Amino acid sequence: MRVYKISKQDEKKLFKVLEKFGEVWLPVKKGGKCTFSRIYSEDRLTFSQTEICNRPLLPLKKLLLPPEFNTLDFNAERYNRAEQNVPSRVVVGSHACDIHGVNILDKFYTTDFIDPFYRERRKKTIIIGTSCEPDEYCFCNKTNTNIIEEGYDLFFNDLGHYYLVWVGSSKGDDIIREGDDLFDENITDKIIGDFINWRKVNENFFTNDIDFYGVTDLMELKYNDNELWEYFGDKCLSCGQCTMVCPTCTCFNVIDDLEVNKNEGHRRRYWDSCMFKDYSMVAGGHNFRKTRAERLKLWYTHKLKAFIGQFGNPSCVGCGRCIVTCPVDINVYNVVSRLKGQEKELIRK
Amino acid sequence: MKLANDPHLYTPITMRIIAKRDLCPDVRFFQMVPAGEFKQVKIDYKPGQFMMLSAFGAGEGPFSISSPPSRKGIIEFGIRKAGKVTEKLFTLRDGDTVGLRGPFGNGFPIEKMLGKDLIIVAGGLGVVPLRSLILYALDNRESFGRIIFIYGFKNVEEMLFNEVLLEMLDSDQIELYLTADKCEVKDDKYKGRICEGQVTGIFKDLKNIDPGRTVAAVCGPPVMYKFVVDKLLEFNIGKNNIFLSLERRMKCGVGKCGHCSIDYIYTCMEGPVFSYWDVIHMRDLI
Ligand code: SF4
Ligand code: SF4
Ligand code: FES
Repeated sequence: MRVYKISKQDEKKLFKVLEKFGEVWLPVKKGGKCTFSRIYSEDRLTFSQTEICNRPLLPLKKLLLPPEFNTLDFNAERYNRAEQNVPSRVVVGSHACDIHGVNILDKFYTTDFIDPFYRERRKKTIIIGTSCEPDEYCFCNKTNTNIIEEGYDLFFNDLGHYYLVWVGSSKGDDIIREGDDLFDENITDKIIGDFINWRKVNENFFTNDIDFYGVTDLMELKYNDNELWEYFGDKCLSCGQCTMVCPTCTCFNVIDDLEVNKNEGHRRRYWDSCMFKDYSMVAGGHNFRKTRAERLKLWYTHKLKAFIGQFGNPSCVGCGRCIVTCPVDINVYNVVSRLKGQEKELIRK
Repeated sequence: MKLANDPHLYTPITMRIIAKRDLCPDVRFFQMVPAGEFKQVKIDYKPGQFMMLSAFGAGEGPFSISSPPSRKGIIEFGIRKAGKVTEKLFTLRDGDTVGLRGPFGNGFPIEKMLGKDLIIVAGGLGVVPLRSLILYALDNRESFGRIIFIYGFKNVEEMLFNEVLLEMLDSDQIELYLTADKCEVKDDKYKGRICEGQVTGIFKDLKNIDPGRTVAAVCGPPVMYKFVVDKLLEFNIGKNNIFLSLERRMKCGVGKCGHCSIDYIYTCMEGPVFSYWDVIHMRDLI
């Protein structure tokens, strides 16, 4: 892997380089919320940790498969694939955990059948990851997703007045070539020292004491522990927010909309949630998961167990979004705690 | 399972309805063929697979294929009116078009059934996918041993495919048992030919079952499986030789929308046919 240094003074120039590759997107605070937004050079933003907000409410999946879009245009005689008009994007500011999330999406959407809509957007998205300062909700160190080795095109490690830049793909290399004079290939001992020091400091930020050891087995063994699941089921509002924010939740629904003239219409695909009441309900009314407890079990089976069967890892990447989002504090931390027979809970501030 | 990198994974082809008839008041039988520019499309499938059927403006849903692959060209479905898509389908006339994607799912493991005796158990609408298997077996009669078919329904009015089945009662190719929860037979042709009770009540009448060479296929309402499996296990039929075709909500058919998930698998990909051995290992399958 090639590594470069770029001075923060060159960020404006870098921005110009990135714009040549597509729309530049960055997580920034909007109306008090951290959101991925399109950025223009006049916004004068930098890519440093202090400018980029931590943990955008909706992770990168929002740009790779939007909350809703049309998949088909149809009339009574013919269904046609809807034109997607996907722009090329350079998305800066994803942290290691979220890029792990994208790697899971990549596997999921390209195993067996390849989802054409995901693939089209994914191919046009350049991912420039950035280092972060974990807060009390983060636990990617416990899910082995705090370090990222693949899935990004470039990764920027913020080391004070400069970034250490890791090149992760051929496209990333193209960016380096385009901004040739901005990137310095001379990695001195001083820089290496800075980086090792950063690693140490960074590790000390983690305070979350979630304990994943054996959780996959516990998920299996406590599947029929009704008391445990009903404790959470009784609180759950079936609002689906946990699924919207989780980087590895992918469920969707499709619905047909007719135009006013009624001779043509569109098939719309939109994010769905396994927490919604009718998620497993078939035509005729039989509901395979009537209760909130049953639906929560499905969610946590998926996060803590099911993915191992499919892809070798659990699908929780430790981003902490469910912790900061669920209005009644049902989250990975609290479920893991109960699975372990403990009652300690992490409550969002 | 086929691998697909198809930009049109979610795009249905157009099919034309060539005939339809009511099997009972709320179940209609549709026959359709690829239409227009898709005329040349060959739809290859296995008994037990399903397809995603689109009704103009109403949406898309999963439907078991009812025709046998041994009768090429025409695809048949038996569809119960329940919900938006099927209501729209029921308004369609001959010559009208629908959208179709698939086939999807694993289907019945024909390879494991060849040369074996079959016990096929259908409850209610479960006869629709099993019809595909039965007709396939009859079309390849020499490739199978005994074909035992037990079909249960609520009452005689809800018995589907009744003409063909009554003919089969007289056939020496298949051992057919019909049973109704409530058996009030008005029509003479049914007199004495339909038992009263559940499908499980029939098993005591089955003679000389050789568990070593018997494979079972079951499809029916969710409540039925456990009771039928218990009966099959009493005959000592292997847990890996009992196959259940299950229903789940499906919005994609290709393992992406999530709705059909059970434990760590997707019914649309690894099902809808599961062995009883799978059932023991997976949560909440039946
Ligand atoms: S389960 Fe919670 S912590 Fe884990 S990836 Fe999903 S939102 Fe993040
Ligand atoms: S777990 Fe929390 S966020 Fe998820 S549906 Fe229930 S109440 Fe909503
Ligand atoms: S029907 Fe969509 S995942 Fe199975």
